[in-house]
Amino acid sequence: MGSETDLPGGVSPPAEGAFCCWCGRSAGSCDGAACRRALDPPRFCPVCGRRLRVLVTPSGMTASCGEHGPLAE
Amino acid sequence: MSRTLIAEAGEQLLDRREQLTLDQLAALAEVPDTSIPSLTALAHEVRLAWCGPEVEVEGILSAKTGGCPEDCHFCSQSSRFETPVLATPFLDADEVLRAAEETARLGASEFCIVLAVRGPDERTMRRILELVPLVRDRVGINVAVSAGILTDDQARRFAEGGVHRYNHNLETARSYFPQIVTTHSFEERFETCRLVREHGMELCCGVLLGMGETPAQRIELIGQLREVEPAEVPVNFLNPRPGTPLGDRPLVEPLEALRWIALFRLGLPSVILRYAGGREVTLRELQALGLTSGINALIVGNYLTTLGRSPEADLQMLEDLRMPIGALSKVL
Repeated sequence: MGSETDLPGGVSPPAEGAFCCWCGRSAGSCDGAACRRALDPPRFCPVCGRRLRVLVTPSGMTASCGEHGPLAE
Repeated sequence: MSRTLIAEAGEQLLDRREQLTLDQLAALAEVPDTSIPSLTALAHEVRLAWCGPEVEVEGILSAKTGGCPEDCHFCSQSSRFETPVLATPFLDADEVLRAAEETARLGASEFCIVLAVRGPDERTMRRILELVPLVRDRVGINVAVSAGILTDDQARRFAEGGVHRYNHNLETARSYFPQIVTTHSFEERFETCRLVREHGMELCCGVLLGMGETPAQRIELIGQLREVEPAEVPVNFLNPRPGTPLGDRPLVEPLEALRWIALFRLGLPSVILRYAGGREVTLRELQALGLTSGINALIVGNYLTTLGRSPEADLQMLEDLRMPIGALSKVL
């Protein structure tokens, strides 16, 4: 299991929010570090819990929420 | 016993340049763990003798993600399973071009445009056929496509449209396929593979190990790959995806992964054998050993919906192993 600070592609892990960006559950109802699988990009908006539009390219990735915009890189 | 088996296989593949039988491969699949270094050493020697020292580097891009109507039980892009992957429409040409340029900057000679579809509809065909010459001419890289099951006419149009290589995986043995996919048959995949070659494209036909198949079924799969005569065989290891029917399966153990990389090389001595998805989580610190066990190509950087290790780490690994990057074609 990777740490919260080693997301490849130079992407910072999302800031703490109301929802877990790895599993989409409410913050506090899961162990964010444990539900993240190695080498998975964030998949849920930490603000609203919606699934993110994730674009994975050979040397990077972007993730954005339809409501709250892109996750900060 | 193992030493004799491996020595006989070496004589056959290196001195007489004859393929091993499936029975020979089945026997080699049973050598004890202590013999795996000898098995992988032979596979490396066979790779060098049949293919040379070059390693082919490729980048891939999911140009249309998720929403696939098929039920491949390993796949997070199937619309039949509740997975975290949000379906997104076909990327625009600029996004595809940028990804191709990224790929070329990493030293890759091949860029594969991948779509999560059963097969291309007419609109998708036209978009791909616009993209292929655009990417090839602007970026100067070979373009491969993976867009599912093809008709005869679609295969012809892709070949005429400049698709260098078409990816269509068998994934697993015919006898195990119905446990993994129910929405289309192994025979449909086999037929698309045949059409790809018939129309003159290079066939890239991969496998996914670790879905619960037996060693005998892996050997069966090598036999079926021989029948479709691929130029390239990507070797994927299952990285279990949340929400899919295989989401809780264990990873292939690292030493077993090396054993099967070696066996695929010994069974398919002339193919481009590519490191593909799942290698990071499966092999962890042993990734360099795959390249001395028969692998002679890799997908660099990220995958379709998951991240890979950094391209710099892979390129450093090749430099450390003194393996030059090059474009490969099947050695007949």
